[in-house]
Amino acid sequence: MLTEATPTNVARKPFLGRIGEVPHLGLVAALVLLAIVGLVTRPENFATSSNLVSILALASTIGVITVGMTFVIIGGGIDLSVGAVMALSSVWATTLATQSYGPAVMILCAVLVGTGAGLVNGFLVSYGRMVPFIATLAMLVAARGLAQRMSGQRTQLVQQANSAIVELSTTRVLGLPLLVYVFALVVVLGWILLNRTTFGRRTYAVGGNPEAARLAGIDVRRHTMLLYGLSGLCCGIAAVLIMARTTTGSSTHGDLYELDAIAAVIIGGTLLSGGRGTIIGSILGLLIFTVITNLFILNGLNTSDQLIAKGLIIVVAVLMQRRGALTGT
Amino acid sequence: MPASPPDTAPLLAMRGIVKRFPGVRALDGVDLEVRAGEVHCLLGQNGAGKSTLIKILSGAHQPDEGEVLLDGEPVRLATPTAAMRQGIATIYQELDLVDGLSVAENILLGHERATYGFTRRGESNRVAADLLRRLGHGEIPPTVEVGRLPPAAKQIVSMARALSHDARLIVMDEPSAALAHDEVANLFRIIREITAQGVAVVYISHRLEEIREIGDRVTVLKDGRTVAVGLPATTPTGRVVSLMTGRDVEYVFPPRPAPSGDRPEVLRVEGLTVPGVFADVSFSVRAGEIVGLAGLVGSGRSEILEAVYGARRASGRVLLDGRAVPPGSTTRAVRLGMGLAPEERKAQALLLDQSVTRNITLAGLTRFARAGWMDRRGEAAEAARLVETLDIRPPDPRRPVKTLSGGNQQKAVLARWLVERRRLLLLDEPTRGVDVGARAELYAVIRRLADEGVAVLLVSSEVPEVLGLADRVLVVREGRIVHEAPAVDLDEHRVLDLVMVSTNEESRVD
Ligand SMILES: Nc1ncnc2c1ncn2[C@@H]1O[C@H](COP(=O)(O)OP(=O)(O)OP(=O)(O)O)[C@@H](O)[C@H]1O
Ligand SMILES: [Mg+2]
Repeated sequence: MLTEATPTNVARKPFLGRIGEVPHLGLVAALVLLAIVGLVTRPENFATSSNLVSILALASTIGVITVGMTFVIIGGGIDLSVGAVMALSSVWATTLATQSYGPAVMILCAVLVGTGAGLVNGFLVSYGRMVPFIATLAMLVAARGLAQRMSGQRTQLVQQANSAIVELSTTRVLGLPLLVYVFALVVVLGWILLNRTTFGRRTYAVGGNPEAARLAGIDVRRHTMLLYGLSGLCCGIAAVLIMARTTTGSSTHGDLYELDAIAAVIIGGTLLSGGRGTIIGSILGLLIFTVITNLFILNGLNTSDQLIAKGLIIVVAVLMQRRGALTGT
Repeated sequence: MPASPPDTAPLLAMRGIVKRFPGVRALDGVDLEVRAGEVHCLLGQNGAGKSTLIKILSGAHQPDEGEVLLDGEPVRLATPTAAMRQGIATIYQELDLVDGLSVAENILLGHERATYGFTRRGESNRVAADLLRRLGHGEIPPTVEVGRLPPAAKQIVSMARALSHDARLIVMDEPSAALAHDEVANLFRIIREITAQGVAVVYISHRLEEIREIGDRVTVLKDGRTVAVGLPATTPTGRVVSLMTGRDVEYVFPPRPAPSGDRPEVLRVEGLTVPGVFADVSFSVRAGEIVGLAGLVGSGRSEILEAVYGARRASGRVLLDGRAVPPGSTTRAVRLGMGLAPEERKAQALLLDQSVTRNITLAGLTRFARAGWMDRRGEAAEAARLVETLDIRPPDPRRPVKTLSGGNQQKAVLARWLVERRRLLLLDEPTRGVDVGARAELYAVIRRLADEGVAVLLVSSEVPEVLGLADRVLVVREGRIVHEAPAVDLDEHRVLDLVMVSTNEESRVD
């Protein structure tokens, strides 16, 4: 990660480079473009309020995870376990035993399980000196296994008595379900944490140049551990949202969420090598992804084409950011 | 000035080179002429445009205007590979080795010895070993990972890489900055050897005495323009300096206050040992005192600093203001009031993508924070103040630090430890890459800190700097302190004798 600034990438001609100067202009343009495609191909369905609400509701769950993922990646790591940890949290929170204590304890349980799993990841990476990819891959497998074991591979329903949780998705304020507000709150808090606090500064430093961070007196290992804990916390919150949306806890929840979250972060301009990136970029990246999914569904196209399109988007986004890399965010 | 004799076209001519970056004109019409077989020195203050000019020569940057002629023929150096094909090899100021590859792989990077894409390892290692031996460093094993080498050895590896290209022109951007005295002599020997074969060398250094020793002619840059082309290297130093700076600079050290024994001891080190690196190191530094560690590169000076700072585990005791500093935690060291400006600014100190402000405040974030919340205005004001104090150019703290010239980056590293008052400053090569004028100012800053009661432990490969700035000098040889004396009682020869002796002894023992 230190060899990044070879003289060659300083020399590149500013083709499309202007886009990088206004933060996220390219991403917003892409989103607008997609909206236009939606309006043209499905004028009667796309811009309806129910469709827009469903886009946002869909984005909320992965969105919360994406916020945590952004921190981990800026901090120089990666978290492959997010989908599995969310599943485990949802299962743990919907066991009969947990459910008997009521919705508040269920939420607390989901959040604690997520944070705990995240801290274990963090411990393995920072104090155990494991490569993040491996440590969180192990967690991915283990958390899914544990979730299957706890649930006996059955989908667990949220009981009638605890339907307060489901209200997060059914109750609407100003036309939007509550879970969209939860998502918005997580984004705002994440943004503040990253941009306005010492924690955020240290995150950039730890990811950008860990040795420099260490010699500047930052406790790199502790900070790394906290970053994974934060990602786990986001998974716990996401678990609550998915329970609300599906009224279930299941070991199959969140399959491949890690890929969507990582892709959103990358499209949003965060470098996988760490030290650079923004929350807003990640969220825009995620919205682009979600809108594409939505367009494919509305137009009755199959999921394989959808995957191909997403793959292309990732490549195009990264290529464009390279052009604008010098001007930065 | 028509520098070359009429019948021989110069090997290299650069004419009217202009290079703009967003917000700065780094080069504004530069001319350079280099003849075959000469050592051509490029001089100029920090930010004058030297590195930018040689990056154009090496194909890393494209000029906005101007032309480059080789043997009188215009050439386009579109990429580093194109430049190498024209016989131009470059050793960059900021080393550009791949840490994860072996020494041999680095040396032959881009022109590996290979058959159908399979590298011929044995041959590569042999070629690399030959080059290293030619450089007088046969002891660097070609198979070891570059990331594990100390900075000086890395410098040798990049030099071997430049030599591996059979170049006609070798450009060296501050090659001596990472080298100690005897290493520099060795470097000069190599330069003489290659120039005797007709290869030309473009040599950049802020150590003016080197220019006189190795240079044939001198080109001076100032603010992106050429102010003198092809002066003879015998031009008086004073004249060169005033060309560079546009004023007369006195290359002086600030006066030392009278020594006083009653000031409290800030640092006490007892029996510090890192097996295989240094052993049984004991010394102390008083408040307001500047103590210099003199020694060869590899003698353990930097490692001693790191161990004192807790960045490297060591046995023995470190006491700050009488309290034991637990080993192994830089966080604790900083909280107790230490600060370390490390040797390699790019690898160990800077967040290259981040702004100057964020680099400066990194170690003192809590000073600008209440309950973790950053006071960004206070932070910006402090950074702006330090940019002015240290005269960091361009004076815009919001620039990414990687767009600063080498010397200005170095100042940003020092600025980091001026944010909060420190009890003890550990400075490892604090003036590496800093120009003569700015050096005098940094010396004054360091002395002022000491006068305010900060204890300073200084490592420098430039003996005159240690002697001129420090109050007391500790001579380190092969991981042991072999001599201690007030700086006024020592001179350069004596120090050099002290640091070297044992290298001879050892070769006799072996
Ligand atoms: N990639 C870049 N983007 C913007 N400005 C740059 C970039 N590279 C260099 N500059 C600017 O160009 C000017 C010349 O820099 P250069 O690195 O060539 O100086 P230098 O003479 O090598 O100085 P030093 O002795 O400190 O190494 C400086 O003002 C620097 O800030
Ligand atoms: Mg330079």
